[in-house]
Amino acid sequence: MRVMIQTAALMLALPLGAEELRGPEFFESIADQNERSAALFTEMGAVLTHPRCLNCHPVTGGPTQGDDMRPHSPPVIRGEADFGAAAMNCNTCHSADNVEFASAPGSIPGHEPWMLAPASMGWQGLTLGEICEQIKDPERNGGKTLEALWEHNAHDGLVGWGWHPGEGREPAPGSQELFGQLTRAWIDTGAICPE
Amino acid sequence: MTQFIVNGQDVTLDIDPDIPLLWALRDDLHLTGTKFGCGVAQCGACTVMLNGMPRRSCVTPLSMVEGSEVTTIEGMTGPEIEAVKAAWVAIDVPQCGWCQSGQIMSATALLQQSASAPTDAEIDAAMAGNVCRCATYVRVRAAIHDAARTLEL
Repeated sequence: MRVMIQTAALMLALPLGAEELRGPEFFESIADQNERSAALFTEMGAVLTHPRCLNCHPVTGGPTQGDDMRPHSPPVIRGEADFGAAAMNCNTCHSADNVEFASAPGSIPGHEPWMLAPASMGWQGLTLGEICEQIKDPERNGGKTLEALWEHNAHDGLVGWGWHPGEGREPAPGSQELFGQLTRAWIDTGAICPE
Repeated sequence: MTQFIVNGQDVTLDIDPDIPLLWALRDDLHLTGTKFGCGVAQCGACTVMLNGMPRRSCVTPLSMVEGSEVTTIEGMTGPEIEAVKAAWVAIDVPQCGWCQSGQIMSATALLQQSASAPTDAEIDAAMAGNVCRCATYVRVRAAIHDAARTLEL
């Protein structure tokens, strides 16, 4: 009965709520391993394409911000080190932790390190399949093996910031632990990319 | 208790470590050259140097500067700040003046970090976080070019 309900839910492809992320067990009912792997990555995509992640994975120019992914204010550039301009780098405002504003609602996000993803890892505007191919490509993912990619997704602190983004920002769906489990299952099923 | 260095002097403050550095500088240390503009890191009026790098003091909890070196506009020394001050006077940059402390801190940081004369684009990128309600931007840019010439960058 449980499998039937899960399968029905999969077929309906219900949109996820902001806080929801389905674990690997949800996809066990997909018999074909390649299809299961692609479905697992599609689920990972709920995190990868969330504004908490995408905002610092721009394809051109500097970061975006907010759930509407508007241009960063104040205006900032990527810079040669993915860390902003001389005299206006990321740490001019962002520090090692989220900091609540003292005189207004909200907070400024922070983590050590705080920087843009390299241009080769730009995701904004790409399809999930394109993101998947890119994320597997050592020439574009910072030389990471799939194992290193799992470690990154499961334990990297800046990735984890997405679930602890500070007052005034919606966290990425699920948890980093669950995201790591999905990544593990995706790799173990062949790391197949969705269409 | 927070211990740090401000303008070369050892400072110990027994106040809430969560308050912004800007509050401590202005209200407790009476260094009022650093201005409050927006309180949310949007305008740059509160820029100080933290361990030699520009930093918005309105979003810097006091606890974060424990053991660090803070320099406000009152304590800036060196050829870059002197060149910037001279250029600011020569070109008559300020209008109302409120943002100018932050503008000068960022301009000085840019020149400290520049191996050659900064281009318009480099100046614009460095100064993009310093808002001026009087729109002195053209004069700010001209003054930075002027200071770079003085420094023979």
